[in-house]
Amino acid sequence: MDTSQDMPATMDNSLTLPVAHEGSSSPRIDCRNIKVFYGEAQAIHDVSMTFPDRAVTALIGPSGCGKSTFLRCLNRMNDTIENCRVEGEILMDGENINDADVDPVLLRSRVGMVFQKPNPFPKSIYDNIAYGPRIHGLANGREDLDAIVEKSLRRAGLWDEVKDRLAAPGTGLSGGQQQRLCIARAIAVQPEVILMDEPCSALDPIATARIEELIDELRNRYCIVIVTHSMQQAARVSQRTAFFHLGNLVELGDTNQIFTNPREKRTEDYITGRFG
Amino acid sequence: MTDAVRTPITSAAAAKHLKRRRAADGRFRYYGLSAIFIALGALAVLVFTIGAQALSAATYHVVRYDITLDPAVVAPDGAGEPDQIARNVDGFYSLVRDNLLATFPEADADRDSRREVSDFVTRLAVLPTARMVARNPELVGSAISLKAPLNDDLDLYLKGNGVRERKIKAGAIETVLAEADGTYRVSGLGAFDPVVAGLAVASADRDADAVQMNVLLTAGVSTGRLTGISAGRARLELLTGQAQDFANARPTARIIISAESERTISDRQIAWTLALKEMGRIDRAPRMTLLTNSDSTYPELAGGLSAIVGSLLTMLITALVAMPIGILAAVYLEEFAPRNRVTEFIEVNINNLAAVPSIVFGLLGAALYINFLGMPRSAPLVGGLVLALMTFPVVIIASRAALKAVPPSVRAGALAVGASQMQTVFHHVVPLAAPGILTGAILGMARALGETAPLLLIGMVAFVGDVPRGPTDESTVMPVLIFSWSNNAERAWEPLTSAMIVVLLAFLLLMNGLVVFLRRRYERRW
Amino acid sequence: MSDHIVSAYSEELERLSAEIMKMGGIVETMIDDASRALGSNDLELAKEVVARDPLVDAIEADAERQIVSLIARRQPMGHDLRMILSAMKISSELERIGDLSKNIAKRAQRLDENVNIEMRNAIMRMAQPVSRQLREVLNAYATASADKALAVWSSDDDIDHHYNSVFREMLTYLIEDPRRITAGAHMLFMAKNLERIGDHCTNIAEFVYYQVVGDYLSELERPKQNQV
Repeated sequence: MDTSQDMPATMDNSLTLPVAHEGSSSPRIDCRNIKVFYGEAQAIHDVSMTFPDRAVTALIGPSGCGKSTFLRCLNRMNDTIENCRVEGEILMDGENINDADVDPVLLRSRVGMVFQKPNPFPKSIYDNIAYGPRIHGLANGREDLDAIVEKSLRRAGLWDEVKDRLAAPGTGLSGGQQQRLCIARAIAVQPEVILMDEPCSALDPIATARIEELIDELRNRYCIVIVTHSMQQAARVSQRTAFFHLGNLVELGDTNQIFTNPREKRTEDYITGRFG
Repeated sequence: MTDAVRTPITSAAAAKHLKRRRAADGRFRYYGLSAIFIALGALAVLVFTIGAQALSAATYHVVRYDITLDPAVVAPDGAGEPDQIARNVDGFYSLVRDNLLATFPEADADRDSRREVSDFVTRLAVLPTARMVARNPELVGSAISLKAPLNDDLDLYLKGNGVRERKIKAGAIETVLAEADGTYRVSGLGAFDPVVAGLAVASADRDADAVQMNVLLTAGVSTGRLTGISAGRARLELLTGQAQDFANARPTARIIISAESERTISDRQIAWTLALKEMGRIDRAPRMTLLTNSDSTYPELAGGLSAIVGSLLTMLITALVAMPIGILAAVYLEEFAPRNRVTEFIEVNINNLAAVPSIVFGLLGAALYINFLGMPRSAPLVGGLVLALMTFPVVIIASRAALKAVPPSVRAGALAVGASQMQTVFHHVVPLAAPGILTGAILGMARALGETAPLLLIGMVAFVGDVPRGPTDESTVMPVLIFSWSNNAERAWEPLTSAMIVVLLAFLLLMNGLVVFLRRRYERRW
Repeated sequence: MSDHIVSAYSEELERLSAEIMKMGGIVETMIDDASRALGSNDLELAKEVVARDPLVDAIEADAERQIVSLIARRQPMGHDLRMILSAMKISSELERIGDLSKNIAKRAQRLDENVNIEMRNAIMRMAQPVSRQLREVLNAYATASADKALAVWSSDDDIDHHYNSVFREMLTYLIEDPRRITAGAHMLFMAKNLERIGDHCTNIAEFVYYQVVGDYLSELERPKQNQV
């Protein structure tokens, strides 16, 4: 292998995954030329990247770099923000979900989201999980619903802890349990993609470790995109990492490579803590 | 990093600072506590004054008349149908009056005394009995006990709130001698000493009209007026009963501290009242009629039923109109409406509307509902609509505040699971905001319950004798009733007004208690 | 490289780097002095060189402790990670070079003073390029220069050539006079030590290259030209 030749100097932003990479097939989501505007101000400048299926992609970067904004494009949560305009194509199974004709409600049942601060509904644990399947008509009757609830809680690693108290309020659980409940809630509607916006920032290290373990298990079924402030977490949990800065995608690559030998100086400076 | 010279923690200067600060803290606490005490004190004063007055109206004296329902009087020829019996006020009244005249034969002496006897009981007081007999016509011909409330002034007198008097136990009377002019001389060793003393004290109390005091002497069912009082003897003018009752008795003297001409009740009426009381024909009963009778020109018969029902009907209309529309408007404005100039303009105007004086709504109601739409005056329907207009802004503002207080994480969570905007709002946001919304709505209603001015302008000030049966019947509401009762001249209306205030306050307390209960219950669940 | 936001981190990395340089400096003098001691049969100098070795070992142990602490506490990434791992390897290589220099000095002490001056000079002549090799690779480390490291790495064949020629030269001396066997054996060992030192310098060059560039100089391309 001739390594004396450097990589091209210009950054190719639309990297796709090399074929022989662990755990991936075709990209689940393909973003092309995404631009996001808040009124006149542009928050995301022409970002293109893909998200492989059955793998975790981490978005890292300093505060205000646009990673959360970009994450929200993937399930059209930016629609709920006034003055926010998203341009570009986001392709899932060949369809552009950024199209005006696409129903965001239906999209959000295929692309689930977990938030920074656990936000279970103020209902019982059972109803928390059952709500999504109910409104999307995924269950035919009580037994079906029970099965979905149990499956979701098992997949989220919460079943054994709450199986005796499904009628207890969801808000009565500990922080880590609440976040797993939120993950179970997201899983219950059978999504294809799970988006996580700093899911562990409000949790203690043990709860964080449990969630990371859960992400490891979930990655065998879902395409997961995680935004995180902690580089160590991104390094532990993801297979691909994208570094954002000031609304630009600076570098995208294998997690190993990004954290041992990044190509861009900005990336290097960020991960070694030379600028925040 | 500044290296300021720091005061050591335990030094004289530091101790002085600490003392000053603690003194300031203490003063502040004192101010706060005194403010609270002043406020509570004012409240206590209010409660006591109104409560004391109202307490007096809570009971009244009822006189028992044992009469026989003479068919000729009660159901004369051609008037034997039940509804005719029910309307036969004159017949029943004459039975009562005859009963009184039979009890006090001296009343028949002249026209004045006959009038005084008639004054005892109001004509309309016999109406409930007439209705009862009409419902049970088999009673005609039998003897019944008719109970009617005592004249309002005499009722006040018996409660000690009317004519001022001093009650003194006199000594033993030894002799009662008839005089030529029909009066009697009563004497007893030192019998009237206490009376004389009492007179002296009473006249010292009163400044000018010391002469115009009447003294009544009562023994058993007999009462007489005393004149020419000295320590051991006095002249007695018999008002009712027998002079013999005074012999060998220890009668009670009453010094009435006002002249007969200044009073609404005469000495004779007092005498008859005392006699009836002695006969055991007067009971003090709780005044249920305050709540079960409708308004009347006679205080003893007056009650607030029509006003209570009117208030409830008006509140019902207000609730049915203001609450759903107000809450839904708030939900729309908070959750669905875009943020632009138009919605800002609406929001500013809603806030302003909440501060508009309520009488303006009355004018609006009169112009819109009564003049333009031709709705009936003085009906709960119109009153309710006017109050609904007034309550809208309050409900909208309170509901919006409750909706704003729901954290955005709840909405985000619902949206992320794939709920539509409507589902998010109605399945998640509104239930969480429900305690606040309900509180706001009930507080708005409580305010509307106490409103007088706008309802005056739509004509609810009229005297309403019948209980309204529907929202379009003429009616009045409690605050307006209180207002009109407080304008009435007779003294007996004062305690009644206070009692009605207490009833209104009880309703308000109930509503506020409901708010507290609902808040606690809903908030405890999650 | 700009400083870390947490300046203590930068200082710790500086300190580690300085330790490596210090070690390199001492080891450099050890080679030079050992060779000079051999050339002029200076037994005192040789003894002194031997005494320097424990110092090198101590520095290596200290550097290792620093490295473990840095990894545990700072979770180094990117360049910092490569720098720290390279420092670990380089210190180990330098310690080996120190040992080899000490062995040369020890052998110099045991040589009979009557040993042929030509034989001594032969070794001394080989020591020079080796010493230069070490100096250049330390320079490459100090200046974080991938080019210099590459240069050192490529010139490993020169040392090997030199070793081959010294080997043959020693053989000729031994054939000439079989009584020189003992001395000759020592010389051969010393030459071998010098050749090993050269290999270690090449290794250091590889680690310097990895630290700077982040890629590995391939084993396969490395010239191996000592045919014995």
